[in-house]
Amino acid sequence: MQPSSLGFAAGREAAPYAAHFAGRLLDPGKPAPPDVTDTGGGGAERRFGIYRNNVTVSLIGALAAIFPTTLRITGPEFFRAMARFHIRATPPTSPLLFEYGHDFAAFIAQYQHARSMPWLADVARIERAWLDAYHAADEAVLAMEPLAAVAPEALGATRFIAHPATRLLSSSYPAFSIFSANRQDAPVGPIMATEPEWTLVTRPVFDVEVRRISPDAAMMIEGLMAGDTLGRAAGEALATFADFDLPAAIAGLIEAGAFCGISTNGARDET
Amino acid sequence: MEPNNHAIGHRALRFPDYPIDGMAGTSFKHEHLPAILQQGRRQGFFEVHAENYMGDGGPPHRALSRIREDYPVSIHGVCLSIGGPQPLDRQHLTRFKALIERYEPALVSEHLAWSTHETTYFNDLLPLPYNADTLQHVAEHIDEVQETIGRQILLENPSSYLTFTESTMAETAFIRELARRTGCGLLLDINNVFVSATNLKTSALDYLADYPLDLVREIHLAGHATQSDENGELLLIDSHDGPVGDAVWKLYETVMVRTGPIATLVEWDSAIPDWLTLTREAAAAQAILDRGAVTDDRGARHAAV
Amino acid sequence: MVLAGAVASALSSLALASPLSEADIKSAMDAGKEKCFGVALKGQNDCAAGPGTTCQGTSTVDYQGNAWKFVDGGTCTTMQLPDGRKGSMETLDRDIPA
Repeated sequence: MQPSSLGFAAGREAAPYAAHFAGRLLDPGKPAPPDVTDTGGGGAERRFGIYRNNVTVSLIGALAAIFPTTLRITGPEFFRAMARFHIRATPPTSPLLFEYGHDFAAFIAQYQHARSMPWLADVARIERAWLDAYHAADEAVLAMEPLAAVAPEALGATRFIAHPATRLLSSSYPAFSIFSANRQDAPVGPIMATEPEWTLVTRPVFDVEVRRISPDAAMMIEGLMAGDTLGRAAGEALATFADFDLPAAIAGLIEAGAFCGISTNGARDET
Repeated sequence: MEPNNHAIGHRALRFPDYPIDGMAGTSFKHEHLPAILQQGRRQGFFEVHAENYMGDGGPPHRALSRIREDYPVSIHGVCLSIGGPQPLDRQHLTRFKALIERYEPALVSEHLAWSTHETTYFNDLLPLPYNADTLQHVAEHIDEVQETIGRQILLENPSSYLTFTESTMAETAFIRELARRTGCGLLLDINNVFVSATNLKTSALDYLADYPLDLVREIHLAGHATQSDENGELLLIDSHDGPVGDAVWKLYETVMVRTGPIATLVEWDSAIPDWLTLTREAAAAQAILDRGAVTDDRGARHAAV
Repeated sequence: MVLAGAVASALSSLALASPLSEADIKSAMDAGKEKCFGVALKGQNDCAAGPGTTCQGTSTVDYQGNAWKFVDGGTCTTMQLPDGRKGSMETLDRDIPA
């Protein structure tokens, strides 16, 4: 396709420079665009390579910043190679770089060379949720008072409003244990956990908090986050888990700051 | 999009209207916040990338709000893709407007570059040819941004590594004509001038002689890295990962002699040093600015006599 | 009633602590108590805050920038995981074709 310099397709159609660049930035097999030169009117492979390198390095760097635990587990060489495949297949579609990487866990899950680490995708999901929580809207978390003020007979019909930062993640592996052991600088010893784990991500005031929660509490919180009443969510957890500690689960969800309000009779009761 | 009560809340919490003219500032990095607060309020300003504060809430907004209480800020857009051929992203422009309303920056700027094509965001400032076609659509984009946010933006000259065969205008002429058509101001990045001149084998002094210095409201200084191309030719990378180079300081002094003091930012975005090192770099710029201010005063006195 | 008892019991188990006010937050920031703005896990020094945009080029060269080469890696050999699997990488030397 030749660029039109005749002006019959004025404006956007006559300006293919961005398309020429875009089609080549993420494809190292292609040469530099036909409409660029170095200073002497010659080819500009090395010079175009600067832009290609900027894009590749900065996007690998973006994934490394979002997934530092995944990076620590795999080591930098492995991570860079995996990230490079991903950015070429799935480059960002938003100019908000902190929104990038939502497809990375799914990519890891099917990445051939990560098959020996089947839990790695779940660790990456926790990291992506961490960054979601970090940028989520500010809301005061649910305090004790609004809950204490609900009449006993109205508790069953009470619904909870999830805090914008709250994320609940399940894994068939001990993803939380692996995450928490690696998301810090100290040496990692053997991780003996073998059970599936649930992870709750919240942001009560300043900081994102990541905690493991028991499967019964997770079932209740999952129900509440989906909009179930307390009666229904607690009832299902009690029916499924004989030794479900309901008071501890309620105290835990308040302590973690998982919710920011309750509603009775459909009316929202602000904190 | 934003609920009304938020807008009212922001309006109620107006920030002080600190002056920024003739001051040296630095890029705001969160790891420096404790040191910045500990030293107490000082002269200067901070610049942030708009897109890093476009999340709904959380620590980034807390940190920027805290800084804005004590300092003027400059909001520097990186991703509007003004230099691209496709229409601007309206949703992104709306976010840009909301951010400016929220933080009441002293300066707002963007780049003569593009970063998004179709739906892909490349996270790099990509170049464009300079000709009548691109002049027209870039001018339309600047008009659209300024109309949306209701104020002037400053347009920054890019660092270049190659040229387009379709270019028919010099970059200086292109920028001058954009400013004339749109009324935008200019952000002169002197490191970019030096990097481009070296890479394209032109003269930085010639560039500055032809550049409309009277429209400059902000200056950027930064460090660059040295590499070479396949012919062994020197290639400078606009890497912002070290101190400002000697040649860039010299060009800066040359410009200051001609313009008088202009708000000046030291950009340091990779291999970020500790706060003390960064303040020393800004202090070096402030010393040159203050020298210019003295000259200015003398000039004013002479004129009065 | 199970729920009323559970809620009462839950609330009584919680320490009475009112949420931080804006003034509390400002003084904590000014005192340098919030160094990281986003600690991942309580007690751990993790300042990771995700990526920022760039308006600069990079002096780091991605040596694989022009190739589709797989790099073997994986360092988690200390991990003991479900069904006796080790976390160590199996050697996979098959390259993914471009």
